[in-house]
Amino acid sequence: MSDIEIQAGLGRASGGQSSHPEQRPQRAAGRPGVVEIISALFGLFLVVSALVPTLLAPGDPLGIDPLAAFTPPSAGHWFGTDESGRDIYTRVVHGTGSSLVIGIVATAIGLGLGILLGTAAGMLGRVVDFTVNRFLEVLFAFPGLLLALLFILIYGPGVATATVAVGLSTAPGYARIIRGQLISVRSSSFVEAATVQGLPRWRILVRHILPNTLAPLLVLGTLGIGQAIVWASALSYLGLGAAPPAPEWGAMLSAGRTYITSAWWMSFFPGLFIVLTAVCATTIGRSIERRMRHA
Amino acid sequence: MTAALEVKNLTVGFGGRPGQDPVVQDVSFEVAAGECLAIVGESGSGKSVTARSLLGLAGAHSWVQADAVSITGQSVLGLPESAWRRRRGRDVGLILQDALVSLDPLRPIGREIGDSLRLHTKLSAADRTRRVLELLDSVGLPDGASRIRQRSGQLSGGQRQRALIASAIALDPPLLIADEPTTALDVTVQAQVLELLAEIKRRGNAIVLISHDLAVVSRIADRVAVMSAGRIIETGPTAEVLQNPQHPLTRAMLAAVPVDKPRRTQLSAVPVATIAPRSTVPDGLSVDDYPVRPVVLEASELRRSFRRPDGSRLVAVDDVSFRLHRAETLGLVGESGSGKTTTARLALALETPDAGEVRIFGEPWSAVQEKARRRLRGSVGAIYQDALGSFDPRLTVGDILRHALRAPAGGTTERGGSGHLSTESSQLLDQVGLPSGVLSRRPVDLSGGQRQRVGIARALASRPRILICDEPVSALDVTVQAQVLDLLDELQQELSLSLLFISHDLGVIGHMSDRVAVMKDGRIVETGATADVFADPRHPYTQQLLEAVPRFPQRSR
Repeated sequence: MSDIEIQAGLGRASGGQSSHPEQRPQRAAGRPGVVEIISALFGLFLVVSALVPTLLAPGDPLGIDPLAAFTPPSAGHWFGTDESGRDIYTRVVHGTGSSLVIGIVATAIGLGLGILLGTAAGMLGRVVDFTVNRFLEVLFAFPGLLLALLFILIYGPGVATATVAVGLSTAPGYARIIRGQLISVRSSSFVEAATVQGLPRWRILVRHILPNTLAPLLVLGTLGIGQAIVWASALSYLGLGAAPPAPEWGAMLSAGRTYITSAWWMSFFPGLFIVLTAVCATTIGRSIERRMRHA
Repeated sequence: MTAALEVKNLTVGFGGRPGQDPVVQDVSFEVAAGECLAIVGESGSGKSVTARSLLGLAGAHSWVQADAVSITGQSVLGLPESAWRRRRGRDVGLILQDALVSLDPLRPIGREIGDSLRLHTKLSAADRTRRVLELLDSVGLPDGASRIRQRSGQLSGGQRQRALIASAIALDPPLLIADEPTTALDVTVQAQVLELLAEIKRRGNAIVLISHDLAVVSRIADRVAVMSAGRIIETGPTAEVLQNPQHPLTRAMLAAVPVDKPRRTQLSAVPVATIAPRSTVPDGLSVDDYPVRPVVLEASELRRSFRRPDGSRLVAVDDVSFRLHRAETLGLVGESGSGKTTTARLALALETPDAGEVRIFGEPWSAVQEKARRRLRGSVGAIYQDALGSFDPRLTVGDILRHALRAPAGGTTERGGSGHLSTESSQLLDQVGLPSGVLSRRPVDLSGGQRQRVGIARALASRPRILICDEPVSALDVTVQAQVLDLLDELQQELSLSLLFISHDLGVIGHMSDRVAVMKDGRIVETGATADVFADPRHPYTQQLLEAVPRFPQRSR
């Protein structure tokens, strides 16, 4: 599902440089819309929660209070409490850090590997291209999440392995996109013009090809963070990421599953934050993309 | 008798309140049945918007005001979309420029043409097929029975345009609007399509022809309306307007057409840059002078083939030999697919020949490694058709010129600081007639002519002695084209440049070249001094090409 979204995202990002920009509808690029402002504010909230969670939620995310178990959302407990009386709001805020780190690190791993493989395929001649492509096709044959499960099966569950697993399973998509972008940039007329000017190959690569290939990818990376968070949460939900008492959104979602009929808030609020974070990252990514095109 | 089309004070604009910042203003004209009115003008003059308003297709966020717009006597002003849909195809047909994108690539052309019959008539499927076959036959696409199953990708450019015309005339609408119907076509095909339109006109349909090409217009239009900045500035019978233009802008447009203008005649009205006065420069040297001029680029028996997707080989360039002398222009002319661009790429050593060799200044060029070529790269510059695509989209004009100057083959002799580089950049811009203010802008924000000037400035950065120009003016309006051609001409004289000038446009080639080589199917079929080839073409293909060039009616009539 997410591969398609990423493809579409890049299609538009790269379209920005090839199509005629003056034909684009002139949307005010400088003034952010309402959704963008809300996303930016929520993003700020997330960053603060990740860096200094105690500022927003002074309580202990692991502190139990059996008497207050299963309290619905109220003034005392904004998001309610779980089966041991732990405050859900505190846990959600304290869980932001690990969720964000998982998202960012996983995306970095995926992008890094993708750049490596994609650049190799795009630049190092036909044999390498063929080999890398067949390898990618094999990886594509597995659904991304299955690939991650396979990796966890080998290296055991845990936050670190889940992060690496998500990173690995997103890499083939990035590699494919980078290769395509590289090939289209490489055969573009301005690269040829640089050859005519007598620029050596490596300087053309550094000065013209790589910047034009990678700039749209920064946007793609922002979009990827949201996706990676969802995936990591999915793994935690399956019990393959963060372990239950730890305040991780996916794990909390999983813990609430048992009480979903009596205590909806236990799964609702972690789930809401997963969705909002993904939406927020995607919105910010898209708005950066639009701004870059107009620049 | 009522006119097929009557337009009174048409005003069209986009966005804003109606009446504000119109792009078409107070345009009025009439077209009678069996008459062709041509609306000419440069890009942005409002001619296409005018045409589209006549079909109710002015576009999103547009507003249309007029005292009257009526087709065959019925007012179509302010019709709702549903009413327009009933009229389009039946009362008024549209022929667009690019048949490749105007026809659905996934549907057979028989169905495309039959669409309007299906929507507007009660004909049975068999009758529809019969009518489609008749239509195909009438637009000069014989063997219709097999054609109707073909898709647009299987047809040539001319055949596609014919199919598109067939679909426009399917219901025999009294009014046809043709928006640049021949612009994307080769000159011989263009002549055939114009003949077809003239035939349709003779049958009694009224035609509104939109074109930027005055010569095309002169072939079939009875009357001409010249548009500029949204207004009709001049209108009248075709011969009168073309031979005795009243408005200065019409005169400038006519003067800019290079067809039949001798070499070294200035085309643009304003001098491009202040270089040596033209009168002191001797006229084009005669052929006999060439042996004394040194050869700067020599191509001998070049051959290059490509593999087609189906595995067969396409020979793009076959046994091509030519010599380019110092300070001369060799024109390479041919239709699309004749191998012109491959020849240019071979000359630039961007492509390696399968056989044969290119040498520059007597030194091996195509036969050596890129590393060995780099030393000489600076002496060979290139100018492209799509100037915008040849610039790194991230860079400003200043960056582009600085990079070109700093390139290994670049022109900076001393390794000065950045201040020195900007001085040289400004000088380059000055040479091509651009203010140094554009340094900080991006090519995207410049006009087509300005972009091409920046492209020329970049090519000049390395102080080249040879310029390979691949269709450098094909994307430009005729007056802008004239300025760029004049600029190239002046630079050539000032810097003793040798030009390999590639174009599909015989008018441009005839004006620019000292010698000309005619290409067809990868081979040079005829070569010689331009005046000789144009006056007395030997090869039948050259004769055919020259006959097809749209010309103005001769004044001495």
